[in-house]
Amino acid sequence: MAVQSSFKNMVLCLLVICFVSSALLAVVYAVTKAPIEAAAAAKTNNAIAQVVPEFDGTPELSQINVAGTDYTYYKVSKDGAVAGYAIMAAATGFSGPVSLMVGITADGIIYNTSVLSQSETPGLGAKCTEPAFADQFRNFNPAEKVLKVKKDGGDVDAITASTITSRAYTNAVQIALDVYKAITTGARPDAASGASASAGGSSETDNNGGQDNE
Amino acid sequence: MSKLQLITKGLIKENPTFVLILGMCPTLATTTSAMNGMGMGFATLFVLVLSNMAISAAAPYIPDKVRIPSYIVIIAAFVTILQFIMQAYTPAMYETLGLFIPLIVVNCIVLGRAEAFANKNSVIDSACDGLGIGLGFTLALTVLGLIREIIGSGSAFGFKFISGDGILVFVLAPGAFLALGYLIVLFRKLTAKK
Repeated sequence: MAVQSSFKNMVLCLLVICFVSSALLAVVYAVTKAPIEAAAAAKTNNAIAQVVPEFDGTPELSQINVAGTDYTYYKVSKDGAVAGYAIMAAATGFSGPVSLMVGITADGIIYNTSVLSQSETPGLGAKCTEPAFADQFRNFNPAEKVLKVKKDGGDVDAITASTITSRAYTNAVQIALDVYKAITTGARPDAASGASASAGGSSETDNNGGQDNE
Repeated sequence: MSKLQLITKGLIKENPTFVLILGMCPTLATTTSAMNGMGMGFATLFVLVLSNMAISAAAPYIPDKVRIPSYIVIIAAFVTILQFIMQAYTPAMYETLGLFIPLIVVNCIVLGRAEAFANKNSVIDSACDGLGIGLGFTLALTVLGLIREIIGSGSAFGFKFISGDGILVFVLAPGAFLALGYLIVLFRKLTAKK
């Protein structure tokens, strides 16, 4: 078979193959860099457009630190007035983080939510992306309803057999609300930390109460 | 063997999933729906054809003792190219298949074809072989995905035709083993008669 192996030709061969491969990769990377960025930006923009009321101009990207964690959010305006905020928040679900884009209008009502990424079980927790569950958060007024799953005394219908995912989703929305409060009141970290400490506390009970269900 | 035979043997006689039982990890993990199975199949097909061609062209110059590392580097390069392309043009599919795209590098079908076929045959023949095996793999994954999707979620290629949930276990890991097992039995039975 092929060539007799010697130290010299083995080193040379691998060197050439690695060099050619990396050159090829560099070319493909350069070609696809712009489309990849465009695809990522389109995804974020779609998510923002989905969760906030109609707006003009481009969403304004900012970051805020609430209780030691940095949250990314986008402010959108219409006719010069703030129309709402799209806040990125995540909570731990059954098999990893459930990360959401939560839109909150200027008057503190949750306009809509959209799942950015999740790796919940297909057919069970993964149903959190479906309207049957996610639409409960559409026009959700936290002043009138309790943002908790029914099992925990709230107003959110959990997905059958996926209580942990439902709780994670609900928690992520709660975190977004806390971030929203911090943004609007310009609250000091200690005020905000109280809010997220309660969120942390509830996630602890989640683990205990999760038992057999997802 | 003619070129056509090279392609068709991958579909039935040497079907990588049902006959050679290779590449079980992506087969079981990504076939939660017909669309996912097909996506994974075509991703592997892409890598298989290109790596078979490249390896077949380079094989005469590669010293015997470093052939496996050389093949892996070549395969990894094509997989990374595929990753860039999918990320750029089919971001949704890229996200669903996730980790299983980079794992094509160590897919034994790809390395297996390089070692068993591409390094002893011409570039054109290797391309046909890659195409055949790749199509066989795609076919198997699509069928398996379709069956799991129909039974497990009552839909086919995303179109729901049964309301309600279906038998959930078929979407989960145990269902993958069950469905694959029965499919292999069925495939063996059908091909044994010929």
